[in-house]
Amino acid sequence: MGLGNFLRRKSSKEIAKDRLKILLISDRVNCSPEMMEMIKTDIAKVISKYMKIDAQSMEIQITKTSTKGLGKTPALYANIPILDLNKL
Amino acid sequence: MSEVIVVTSGKGGVGKTTTTANVGTGLAAMGKSVVLIDTDIGLRNLDVVMGLENRIVYNLVDVIEGKCRVKQALIKDKRHQSLYLMPSAQTRDKSAVTPPQMIKMIQQLKEQFDYIILDCPAGIEQGFQNAIAGADHALVVTTPEVSAIRDADRIIGLLEANEFKKIDLIINRLRYDMVKRGEMMTASDVVDILSIPLIGVVPDDENVVIATNQGEPLVGNSTMAGRAYQNICERVLGKEIPFIDFERTISFWTRVTGIFHKN
Repeated sequence: MGLGNFLRRKSSKEIAKDRLKILLISDRVNCSPEMMEMIKTDIAKVISKYMKIDAQSMEIQITKTSTKGLGKTPALYANIPILDLNKL
Repeated sequence: MSEVIVVTSGKGGVGKTTTTANVGTGLAAMGKSVVLIDTDIGLRNLDVVMGLENRIVYNLVDVIEGKCRVKQALIKDKRHQSLYLMPSAQTRDKSAVTPPQMIKMIQQLKEQFDYIILDCPAGIEQGFQNAIAGADHALVVTTPEVSAIRDADRIIGLLEANEFKKIDLIINRLRYDMVKRGEMMTASDVVDILSIPLIGVVPDDENVVIATNQGEPLVGNSTMAGRAYQNICERVLGKEIPFIDFERTISFWTRVTGIFHKN
């Protein structure tokens, strides 16, 4: 273990969990990373019409979580940092 | 009404056969009539784990092919009157049996038994399809490792696609010392990722190896794994049993046995 790892102090359990979360998303949806990238750019394009966003650091992912009343359905989550709300 | 349970995992070596043997033995000890079916054609092992390998005459493939009656292939357990094993064939392969044939055989067994427990082979090919065909409840076994969890997730997806209503999770070989150091995922981490109900957590216990060496399931005895399997059986029967906090139990017992060792 290098000094960098030691300072970051991320336990192997956390690493395993993070890796699994990302891995299972692509396993579950059968959706290629290229397609996810295309969805991401399209979403960014649409939102950019209305507000200034940080397209570089936005994230999208598909999760399988239980939503109230819907049971276990896949959902698309997008985390888009807004730089300026009042673009227009 | 009999219940047909399939014990499956995707990945090999996570403890399907050990789980099948212990859950089956535990249910029989509680007075239920149980038959265990080894569906791993070509790589049978449930017979050795149960310690019944010397009594095999006919097997699953013989029954399917009509070479013998269902009753002739059933081996009575040494310890429990109401427990039977249907061994698998060792010299054939998975294609010797089809899902409709399995369903037909299970229908026959339902008349005689409360619980039919199928030990599923590793993988997602025909052996898996045969094992899940006649089942209505699945126990998915995993260990707290990335590879086993990934495979379990795939299996859960396939079970859901096959319209399984009841899918429960067993986390096997949890090491509390590693969890404490943050080097192993906790049971709730695994449940979080797989999002199916948890029915049991079995700690990593050397007694499982000892029990397998002897061909004696350890369910119900005082070992950590024995108690964990006992709790799983109770939960299969529908009882609400709290999960054991093994960490506290270990330190308590080391303290107690420590006192005895001093004398």
